[in-house]
Amino acid sequence: MHRDVEVLQLVIVIALFALVAGLGFFASRWRRAEKLDNLEEWGLGGRSFGGWITWFLLGGDAYTAYTFVAVPALVFGMGAVGFFAVPYTVIVYPMVMLAAVRLWSVAHAHGFVTSADFVRHRFDSSTLGLAIAITGIVATMPYIALQLVGIEAVLKTTGVGGDWPVIIAFAVLAAYTYQSGLRAPALIAFVKDTLIYIVVIVAVIAIPIQLGGFDDIFRAAQDKFASTPAPGDGILLSHSATLGYSSLAFGSALALFIYPHTVTGILAARSRDTIKRNMAGLPAYTLMLGMLALFGYMAIAAGVTPIGSDQNTVVPLLLDKQFPDWFAGIAFGAITIGALVPAAIMSIAAANLFTRNIYRQYLRPDATPQQEARVSKLASLVVKAGAVLVILLLDPQFSIDLQLIGGVIILQTLPSLVLGLWRTFAHRWALLAGWAAGLATGLWMLYDTANPATGRAHFGGAQYALSKLGPDTKTTIYTGILAIAVNLVVVIVGSLVLRAAGVPAGHDATHPDDYEMDAGDPRLRRPPATPAQDVTA
Amino acid sequence: MGGERQRWWYALLVLPPIGLLITPIYNTDDPRLIGIPFFYWYQLAWVPLSVVITTIVYLKTRQRD
Repeated sequence: MHRDVEVLQLVIVIALFALVAGLGFFASRWRRAEKLDNLEEWGLGGRSFGGWITWFLLGGDAYTAYTFVAVPALVFGMGAVGFFAVPYTVIVYPMVMLAAVRLWSVAHAHGFVTSADFVRHRFDSSTLGLAIAITGIVATMPYIALQLVGIEAVLKTTGVGGDWPVIIAFAVLAAYTYQSGLRAPALIAFVKDTLIYIVVIVAVIAIPIQLGGFDDIFRAAQDKFASTPAPGDGILLSHSATLGYSSLAFGSALALFIYPHTVTGILAARSRDTIKRNMAGLPAYTLMLGMLALFGYMAIAAGVTPIGSDQNTVVPLLLDKQFPDWFAGIAFGAITIGALVPAAIMSIAAANLFTRNIYRQYLRPDATPQQEARVSKLASLVVKAGAVLVILLLDPQFSIDLQLIGGVIILQTLPSLVLGLWRTFAHRWALLAGWAAGLATGLWMLYDTANPATGRAHFGGAQYALSKLGPDTKTTIYTGILAIAVNLVVVIVGSLVLRAAGVPAGHDATHPDDYEMDAGDPRLRRPPATPAQDVTA
Repeated sequence: MGGERQRWWYALLVLPPIGLLITPIYNTDDPRLIGIPFFYWYQLAWVPLSVVITTIVYLKTRQRD
């Protein structure tokens, strides 16, 4: 479908983009450090972010542009199942609060920059650290690429096609991330979220009034789902979808905490208190996400038809249809900026993993802090270039598939991290074996999942049919949960066997007190970080 | 280090997952609130509830011995 270019909308989007680009470059002077050329400063903002900055940073990090576009699109297409994002982003904070503060403390005590740093020293195994680092990088790449899908959905609605706008946007983003490090997304997140909050609050009040109230909106949705042949859709969950719904919410909550970009946001906080307060404050974003999810139904009631077959365009189209151009322009600007913040943090997190756990560990053990920072900056450029190439060369559907796989594989790093934080009996080789077993089963199950709606025989989704395991049922369950169960069984059995056999568990470089330390503790060893040890386990 | 009693407050953190992961509790249309089915407003209501619970835990575990 050809759409005319909406000039006013486009001008506003470009103006907002230019504003945040300016902010991004300015960020290197914001809360200026003596030097930006080390990883603590460039990659973690000097570990100095207080409550508000952390709130905006983690909010901008976890609630990405893709979420804002894809969740309502899923509700538009499938109904109640798409609402899983709400329970997921409610339960994540109480679930991870304790683990997050323990990770913060031990990372501060030892100068860890990544979760793989922690795992390597905790279990005295650079191999396990490498496995965690590679998993993190592989899971993050498609996530960055997906942010571009969000921008493309907006641009399609304003009538701009082609790849060049996305390339320009990412080139500018790459330049100011290179310059300012984690300070850039932290500063930009203020603008992004202020805009998004305004847009959502206005829209969630105005659109239902325009459409005649929620009764009419839900009736329209019910009628639409009743008229489609798909069995799984509807404004309530079908009986066979309830387990899939809760297991997806649970698994996604576990995965969110261990994604490298979330860990980066947590480690950049100033104190344990900052993190705890944020666990209480971040659900404000969930309320917004829940309202946005309902936009999917509003789009049905408003009679929106997606551009081409791209359902991700329903939210931009709804805003375009219900509001004057200038307001839609602000909304589109907000979504575009909303893609840049997480993309920046993700590329920094992936770059830190590469620098700390591959470059310094294997390539250049005697790297100075300056060299580390330089390598990380270059790696962040490579990561972003890779994401753009993925979008340009491959079908966007492919990056959505990859993202699905990403969630399942990042979950396989959970035992090493969490069992490490609580100093349990877990053995390093059992953790490595569990990781490998979880990855293998997870990937196999994803391969073994067909999607009749799209006619795909493999990688058709992250819901695995329980009937394939024996029981005669239509119930499905989130693939990641099954994979992590296999992983955990291997870890537990393996640890018992290895310990009984007396296989050395390695030297734990952390002390029980390290997990409880707070900012200002005189025992905190602030940077420089622990010297690189030659632990070739 | 004191604070053994404080730690019990952390147990409150299991409430939001319990309230939201047992889907049969809320997978119904009635009662509606301003036209929104129970399924949706129940889950959204957990947002402020969860904020209150997490805030209580934060305040009660704040001072360490």
